[in-house]
Amino acid sequence: MSEQPLLSVENLTVRFAMNRRGLFSPATHLYAVDDVSFHVNRGETLAIVGESGSGKTTAALAAARLVTAYEGRVVLDGEDVLPLEGEELRQMRQKVQFIFQDPYSSLNPRQRAEEIVRDPLQSLTDTPAAEQQEITERLFAQVGLRPEQRRLFPHQFSGGQRQRIGIARALATQPELVICDEPVSALDVAVQAQILNLLSALQEEFGLTYLFISHDLGVVQHMCDSVAVMYMGKIVEHADRKSLFNNPLHPYTAALLSAVPSVDKTLREKSKRILIPGDPPDPTQKQVGCRFASRCPVAQDQCRLSEPPLTEIAPNHRVACHLVDEKAISPL
Amino acid sequence: MTDKPTTTDQSAPVTELLDEPIEKARHPFMEAWDMFRRNQAALVALIILVLIIIAAIIGPSLYGRDPFEMVWAPFTPPGQNPDFILGTDYLGRDLLAMIISGARVSIIIGLAAAFVSVFIGVTIGALAGYYRGWVEEALMRFTEFFQVLPTLLFSMVIVALFGASLPMITFAIGIVSWTAVARITRAEFLRIRELEYVTASRASGARDFKLIFGVILPNALPPIIVQSALMVGSAILFEAGLSFLGLTDPNVVSWGQIIGSNRTYFLDASFTVTLPGVAIFVTILCISLVGDGLNDALNPKLRSR
Repeated sequence: MSEQPLLSVENLTVRFAMNRRGLFSPATHLYAVDDVSFHVNRGETLAIVGESGSGKTTAALAAARLVTAYEGRVVLDGEDVLPLEGEELRQMRQKVQFIFQDPYSSLNPRQRAEEIVRDPLQSLTDTPAAEQQEITERLFAQVGLRPEQRRLFPHQFSGGQRQRIGIARALATQPELVICDEPVSALDVAVQAQILNLLSALQEEFGLTYLFISHDLGVVQHMCDSVAVMYMGKIVEHADRKSLFNNPLHPYTAALLSAVPSVDKTLREKSKRILIPGDPPDPTQKQVGCRFASRCPVAQDQCRLSEPPLTEIAPNHRVACHLVDEKAISPL
Repeated sequence: MTDKPTTTDQSAPVTELLDEPIEKARHPFMEAWDMFRRNQAALVALIILVLIIIAAIIGPSLYGRDPFEMVWAPFTPPGQNPDFILGTDYLGRDLLAMIISGARVSIIIGLAAAFVSVFIGVTIGALAGYYRGWVEEALMRFTEFFQVLPTLLFSMVIVALFGASLPMITFAIGIVSWTAVARITRAEFLRIRELEYVTASRASGARDFKLIFGVILPNALPPIIVQSALMVGSAILFEAGLSFLGLTDPNVVSWGQIIGSNRTYFLDASFTVTLPGVAIFVTILCISLVGDGLNDALNPKLRSR
């Protein structure tokens, strides 16, 4: 841990303006990401997990400067990227690339596959055309696409193949950080495994750093070195993989983990299913107390009154819950 | 970027792929053409339209008779004299020569006016839809201002003030008919700018100009193409209307002008009005049918029909 992390996000807040009710009523905001901090070490994978609307994708988009952050710092390779503009911003984009969730909408239907992959090289680098072609050809081989498929259009590919094109595009500028926004959630299970294996292999080959966003802890389990669990714009638990999966401390994490189906029969009988009733509360209303209190099976009075801070209860294990103390015992 | 592992070493493909037959690259527009070909009405209309355009281009030199020359007795009905198949108008000019040479003017004005209105409309709609905020607000109020103007009256004022030359007539027609294009373009931009491939392109470092004209506009084209095809038709009609009212370049023949100049004799020699009318009707009908076929071919939601 002597090395500084490749990406460190400090107190990141992203808010969206809500439609005003009347002309003179004050502007209200929805805090999609609320005071979130995390870091990713070079060559490692941090997974951000959470349900729909928890702000995980928004946090990643803000870190990649694709959504405007309201507050906070995003330090990439020792440089705060949020104030960057113009040419500096484009320099930064070379280092951070994005793999999108939906391979059907993330490829421009009017571009040939090779044009899609070449796009970042053209826009971001001064690579000569011949070399661009060479790089494109190599990337196609590396992500497992055939050379004669280069001139096809996106609609001629299957979902898995399309995601391979998306991965090739993300790798074109030799980025240091690749943000994978649910790269497999739109694919069927067999193809999911292929793509995950491909991502792992590429990480090993190029020493990539991944910020891996998912709602599926089962997928994350195989990919990541550490996990941050988000709920309603906040990180509720952030730990390395082993301690999170073996000893989930936040009730929400525990509930998420219990929802991962297991093939192992003894394991399945051992674990009890934790049900959390209801939906997340209305995010437009400012919350008092812990955001999870309304659905938490073990919520107490103090949970509804004050918001628990994200505190480090063990090395590399942070959790935001009133009911967890230094002994690191799950309240459930 | 020196200490990073370079991509120069040839690495084996991560996963083996099965041998599949080689697929040919198919541009989305090629698929649209296949779709268009299946629509027989549109195909026939397209063929007729191409014939009309060819006639407009080479017809005058092929037929060789000056449309302004008084060649025979006025009001010779069609079929009476084999030299003048379609008869003569009130000044004894050959109607066929006039219609052929009018085709050129009508079609040029139709295309040019449609081009002007598409150019203005796409620019305004694209900027409004891409930048949102006050830019959109200002441009859309501007568009609404043009929408509520009475179009015929406004273009008549322009032509009457600045003279009835072909470029001015084209401009007058274009300036009153771009609002529909602007609204369609804006709507498409609002939809497409939120799609992931636009974000992906931004992540790849594309500048605003490339995003607008290189990424979003090509994908917004189908409805714009359909609208501009229909626009050519309505511009021809508009020109006919203006020249019927006498607001036309007196040095050239257009279909509307033939109708306008013969309208007084409609009861005695109706063919002088109906024949150019039929030319307008057929052309507009063909353009509409082609536009309709384009709409079906370019709109993927209708593909299954």
